[in-house]
Amino acid sequence: MSSYSQPTRRRHLGDKRLIQMFIIPTVVLLILMNVFPLIYSLYLSFTEYSAINPTPPEWVGLDNYKKVLSDNLYWHNFAVTGRYALISVSLQMIVGFGLAMLLKEKFKGSGLLTTLILVPMMLSPAVVGAFWKNIFNPSFGIFDQFLGYSDPNTAPEWLGDPDLALWAVVIVDVWMWSPFVMLLSLAGLSAIPDYLYEAAAIDRASAWFQFRRITLPQVMPLLLIAVLFRTIEAFKQFDLVMGLTGGGPSLLQGTQAVNVTETVSVKLFRLAMPPQAQTGLSSAMAYVVLVIIIAISNLYIRALNKVREG
Amino acid sequence: MATRASAPNAPVTISTRVDKVGLRPKVTRAIRALVVVILTVLILLPVVWMVMTSLKSPSDVVAVPPKIIFEPSIESFIFLVTERVQFPTRQEADEFRARDDLKWYEEKVAERGQKITRVGDFPKQLRNSFIIAGTSTIFSVLFGVLSAYAFSRFKIPGEGDLLFFILSTRMLPPVAVTIPIFLMYRELGLDNTYFGLILLYTTFNLSFSVWLLKGFIDEIPKEYEEAALVDGYTRLQAFRKVVLPQAVTGIAATTVFCFIFAWNEYAFAAMLTSDATRTAPPSIPSIQGVGRIEWETIAAASLVFLMPVVIVTFALRKHLLRGVTFGAIRKG
Repeated sequence: MSSYSQPTRRRHLGDKRLIQMFIIPTVVLLILMNVFPLIYSLYLSFTEYSAINPTPPEWVGLDNYKKVLSDNLYWHNFAVTGRYALISVSLQMIVGFGLAMLLKEKFKGSGLLTTLILVPMMLSPAVVGAFWKNIFNPSFGIFDQFLGYSDPNTAPEWLGDPDLALWAVVIVDVWMWSPFVMLLSLAGLSAIPDYLYEAAAIDRASAWFQFRRITLPQVMPLLLIAVLFRTIEAFKQFDLVMGLTGGGPSLLQGTQAVNVTETVSVKLFRLAMPPQAQTGLSSAMAYVVLVIIIAISNLYIRALNKVREG
Repeated sequence: MATRASAPNAPVTISTRVDKVGLRPKVTRAIRALVVVILTVLILLPVVWMVMTSLKSPSDVVAVPPKIIFEPSIESFIFLVTERVQFPTRQEADEFRARDDLKWYEEKVAERGQKITRVGDFPKQLRNSFIIAGTSTIFSVLFGVLSAYAFSRFKIPGEGDLLFFILSTRMLPPVAVTIPIFLMYRELGLDNTYFGLILLYTTFNLSFSVWLLKGFIDEIPKEYEEAALVDGYTRLQAFRKVVLPQAVTGIAATTVFCFIFAWNEYAFAAMLTSDATRTAPPSIPSIQGVGRIEWETIAAASLVFLMPVVIVTFALRKHLLRGVTFGAIRKG
């Protein structure tokens, strides 16, 4: 017994070293590049500090948070982001799930079509945004033409009209990310066991009844995951807006001029970067966003667990 | 029904699903296929429009109404790789055009009253993109495969927490760490270096890489390695010669997803790079034409930039689900 337990044991020790060697680079990198910066910016969020100013950070307590949470100027950005997330994610769910319902039963060429539909999702949002600027142009772009506006003078100006600009961002976002919802829905639909439908057919259940009582509850967990992923992404929305509208156009709201497509991330970026470089304030704003994202994630995870149990 | 009644345990060989036995299933299927084809065409229209725009001449690009049929031209690609100036007067332009030592591309540009001054920035930006995305991908997959193997095969104290920690870093909005990283990099002199961006992208892809690869490695039966260990392989040899070859599809898929993320990344690149190390995504939206917005040049740049990703999407279609859902679904 002991004659061969010895080498096994040595190998086990070797394994332990090996695991350490295998895991340490990952953990070190994540701590260095994610955890440390987070702690650092938490500290900065309680200070008055500008990255382009030589004066060291000065502790101001909760002042930055008070400012972010009470000033209408910042509320506007949160409101824009919330509205954008709500509209965009809802539309993506409808379009994506609809596509999945159409594609769930295979036909000749459906594999190729599915792949083609996925192309927008793989593209760079900043580059896509830059190009959609051309598509939205009222005179030589194709979007208005496609909608039937042939006269450039009466055609809607998607990127210049404060009422439409956010919709323009939504349209491009839905175009890019509905395929993602479709992909998740397809995975959910393909996992529904056939016997459920067979049982329903024996009971002569209507197609609508089958959809409502079998299909929908069965794909619900995956749909919720899709909502979660897309909502979090919507709150991070940055590249697409930068490429497409740059946050504009601006609109006079009361006495303040606000940028109608300026999401929190865009605002944050502007606030943090020179020439503004309000490092302390923007750190506080970043933390507010972070807390919102964590809160949303938790809400969904709870809903998800409920769906899974029930 | 009668046969079913006589043999209740017999397998169901005909489908009884309502949606399968509905009115003329063949016709409904054909209609559905047609609807999907139309929708696919609609979805791809912007990309097709981009290709068309890149092949248009400067006057066709801004034609009202937009031209569907036009004479293709590759001017945009010449514009893309060159830096040009406009001749101040028509006379000078004509004199320049009259010269007979012009190369074909110089002549093309001269027709627009412009002169090439030097090679443009785009080739360099594309090269930067390749260097940064490529190198960071290699590292995130390398570290990812090592960690994934360790998590997959060994009991690690606090494993669940550690894995959750790794996953949670991906949920983090990049904006939350941009400020401290900007300050950190400035302090360390890492801004505007290849190394800085490579380090950043490697880390941001790591969580993804670990989770994706863990899924793939979990599926490789443990028995193979155990057999190898019994045969006298060391753990490291077994990992290299048994596990890695089996995980090759997973590694390839992960590599491509990491590459796409790094290739497309915008926020950090816009913040941390300038001239020398600037990558393509922050550059394309700000392409400045000579005297006007050169839509055909922007389209050409977008097209060249998107090509690798489109090719890769097709090569990868089997693994797409798993890659994009990232841990949401165990088995795609």
